[in-house]
Amino acid sequence: MSEARMTTHVLVNGQAIEREVPVRQHLVDFLREDLGLTGSHLGCEHGVCGACQVMIDGQVQRGCLTLAVQVDGRRVDTIEGLSDSGELAQLQQAFLAHNAFQCGYCSSGMLLTALHIVRHHRQADRETIRDLLSGNYCRCTGYQAIVDAIESVLRAGSQPASASVLAALGTKGA
Amino acid sequence: MNARSELPLVADDDTVQTRADAAASGRFIGQSLPRTGARKLLQGRGSYLDDIRVPRLAHVVFVRSPHAHARIVSLQLEEARACPGVIAVVDGPALAAWCTPWVGVLGHLKGIKSAEQHAIAIERACSQGEAVAAIVADTRRQAEDALDHVTVEWDVLPAVTDMQASLDGSVVIHPQLGDNVCFHRELVTEGFEAAFAGADLVVEKTYDFARHTGVTNEPRGILADYNPAEHTLTVYQGTQAPHMMQDIFSRHLGIPESNVRVICKDVGGSFGIKVHVYPDEMATAALSVMLRRPVKFVADRMESFLTDIHAREHTATVRLACTKAGDIIGFDLVDLTGIGPYSVYPRTSGIEGNQVVNLTGGPYRHAHYRARLDVVFTNKNVTCQYRAVGHPIAMALTEGIVDEAARALNMDPAQFRRRNMIADDAYPYTFPSGVKFEKLSHHQCLDKLLAAMDYEGLRAEQQALRARGVYRGIGLAAMIEVTNPSPAFYGVGGARISAQDGATLRLDPAGMVTVLVSVTEQGQGTEAVFAQVAATAVGVGMDRVRVITGDTAVTPYGGGTWASRGAGIGGEAVLQAGRALKANILEVAAAMLSLDADLLDVRDNQVVDAMSGVVRMSLAELGRVAYFRPDTLPMGFQSELTVTRHYTPREYGFTFTNGIQASLVEVDVQTGFVKLLKHWCVEDCGTILNPMLVDEQIRGGIVQGIGAALFEECLYDEAGQLLNGSMAEYLVPMAAEMPDIVVAHVETPTRSSELGAKGAGEAGTAGAPAAVMNAINDALAPLGVNLSAQPFTPQRILRALGAVAA
Repeated sequence: MSEARMTTHVLVNGQAIEREVPVRQHLVDFLREDLGLTGSHLGCEHGVCGACQVMIDGQVQRGCLTLAVQVDGRRVDTIEGLSDSGELAQLQQAFLAHNAFQCGYCSSGMLLTALHIVRHHRQADRETIRDLLSGNYCRCTGYQAIVDAIESVLRAGSQPASASVLAALGTKGA
Repeated sequence: MNARSELPLVADDDTVQTRADAAASGRFIGQSLPRTGARKLLQGRGSYLDDIRVPRLAHVVFVRSPHAHARIVSLQLEEARACPGVIAVVDGPALAAWCTPWVGVLGHLKGIKSAEQHAIAIERACSQGEAVAAIVADTRRQAEDALDHVTVEWDVLPAVTDMQASLDGSVVIHPQLGDNVCFHRELVTEGFEAAFAGADLVVEKTYDFARHTGVTNEPRGILADYNPAEHTLTVYQGTQAPHMMQDIFSRHLGIPESNVRVICKDVGGSFGIKVHVYPDEMATAALSVMLRRPVKFVADRMESFLTDIHAREHTATVRLACTKAGDIIGFDLVDLTGIGPYSVYPRTSGIEGNQVVNLTGGPYRHAHYRARLDVVFTNKNVTCQYRAVGHPIAMALTEGIVDEAARALNMDPAQFRRRNMIADDAYPYTFPSGVKFEKLSHHQCLDKLLAAMDYEGLRAEQQALRARGVYRGIGLAAMIEVTNPSPAFYGVGGARISAQDGATLRLDPAGMVTVLVSVTEQGQGTEAVFAQVAATAVGVGMDRVRVITGDTAVTPYGGGTWASRGAGIGGEAVLQAGRALKANILEVAAAMLSLDADLLDVRDNQVVDAMSGVVRMSLAELGRVAYFRPDTLPMGFQSELTVTRHYTPREYGFTFTNGIQASLVEVDVQTGFVKLLKHWCVEDCGTILNPMLVDEQIRGGIVQGIGAALFEECLYDEAGQLLNGSMAEYLVPMAAEMPDIVVAHVETPTRSSELGAKGAGEAGTAGAPAAVMNAINDALAPLGVNLSAQPFTPQRILRALGAVAA
């Protein structure tokens, strides 16, 4: 049988991509298999665990519930891109300092939700943070360190990634 | 990225804090340092199984039985073979030529029996989800498409799903075994009957525990790459025990052990799920050999629910006898557990029930014990060792019945516990079940817990709220935990599972220390604590240490990660190797300086005068000379800057830990919902290597235990069909429902090692279900309601309250 395919134009981590993709292919599979962006993970493939999360036009979305063809003409940012841009730097540092991860499999999605909280819920208390995190499954931590890490970033106030943080990430990253 | 033209010899990968600590003390054991080498996981740059790419990779999916018990009448595979991209379609008999079957028994579990199991079922499927054929294709999509083109004609057989029916044996799953009993154990202490007959009070209760499963965020996976030119097999696998798997692939695929390499890169959670032999993973490895190319299998979530090991389906009746003054005389246990159609290889499915027998009565002084255990086959998925194996059952039975006794005597449950816990100065102590304890700290932990939670204050608040119709409950659960197992756990039973572990430490020319350890990293921070131990032992900063684990071709031989053994056993090996490396470094320095090595020390990456602390040379300079200019050293002197040490716990069968948890809940008697308000845990894992890592690992364990108590249950119907095999239906704890958890410690180092570390990974899971259960029953006590079937769902609570029909 031949698979129906469709040309898709998408801006991935700032880079314009044009690919012919199977219409049934999910976005997370496209990112992982076709683009080699393996930072978005497959946990459940039915939209519960959140390990596959990416940003689509700045909104956190499930990569396993989105078809690749649905992002035609849109911007997709993954954990890799948001790490390199420095947008996640403060949260990543807080996650490390608070040990807000163990196996790291959920962390890509968890950090994107955390970024959403930091951007849109600046006054969130612990209970609100917990509510907002409730779409991301972590089996390793007790969630408490994750709440602590996000709370610490909220308390520290808005600090856009500085040049020095970006430089540090450059030497430590990729 | 801003690539740099010149990289420093020493990578600048640490935080300001760790550098400051290094300069300050050089002693990292016991400090809450951020994990080294873990930033990659926060940038999506880890390497989990499904991230690995190799050329000519083929993908396998499995045709799985939709029935719990059915004979294969015919299997039509031709149409699937003709599908686009399909490389091979293989059934059980065809694969059996490439992979020998196994039987999951151990010699020291007397009388345990099981049936021969093949990688792909032959003739008959004995549980839903058992694989009956494999489809290998160029892509996973093509393989999955071809699944629809396989036709299986089934003769559906009667399914045994009820444990008691299995024990009764009207249908025997494996006729050649004679009955459905996998393992039976009985023990009774002398004078038991008379002691119980003479007791002032005997309380009795039957508890039910639901089946649940690990739900690792990363599903199981394997990538097997056979190289026919060299007759070698390289296996990438998310596993906790690479050397165990190396041995198993070798023996069942007929490849010399030294030709099998098992590599375990980043693992997305294990919890015991990834320490067993799974038929589909064995089939994948065999297919790689058969097809002479790499083959990958990654379970999807539906397959995970159907085939990842389940655990903990028990019905147990426990009795406690005591005096009217409140002194426990003894415990009496009858436990029945259903394990699916096979005992899982090679650790067996008898261990969980065996642990329940060993551990019931846990923290309490008692002279009499009787236990009867039946482990029976059923036509559900297999069960096996899952985090805190048997402990959550034994602790819930013990702590539940202890609360019943306290209630019957009208004693405060904390007081009753204090009265009966083994005294902190009574060690070493041997239990009626034969279990030996080196040194525990029940009373210290209890006192610390009650103070931390303001027990008296909470009791007063509870009374006040009850008057207003608010039902809050306080539940206590003391616990003991098996850690650092000796060869008595598996090795004596004939399993080729290493009880020892090893560490190799190498000083590299640039002054860095490379650490290779046989214990694996599953995310708990093993590599980070090994770095802390190594840096401390050698005398270097955290930024000078790199740790490598998870590769049988590279690390020393060892057991891996299970039974809370990584830090205690692997950590001791690292400590001893670190000390030995330091001694060898000083020999080189002494040769260079023409001094006695005893006059020198290694501190903060430098060789210094031991007395004055004056710096004599950097380790980088020492490395330069030792590796590149040994001609300048005295004739006949050979530096040895790579050393290996091993460690095996021998003195005790297990190095037990102890602790106690408390749960504060509020039960909404209108809706049956339980709100977790707070949770406390005081535990004693001996020397704490990194408090921050230990605390959150304990919290994670507690949350997993809370899942068992409130949410998790693999629901099967009478025909053996799993009814909730997705994450939408099988509920796991999420952030919103979980409380803040207070963790505190008592430190009683084990004297069986110099490091003194005991295990910490399973304690949270061991005690949490009992604490939550006791809290719920405490909340509902004024209403005369008492629950005993986990999980305590709103439905079960409302039924117990009589609010909805049973």
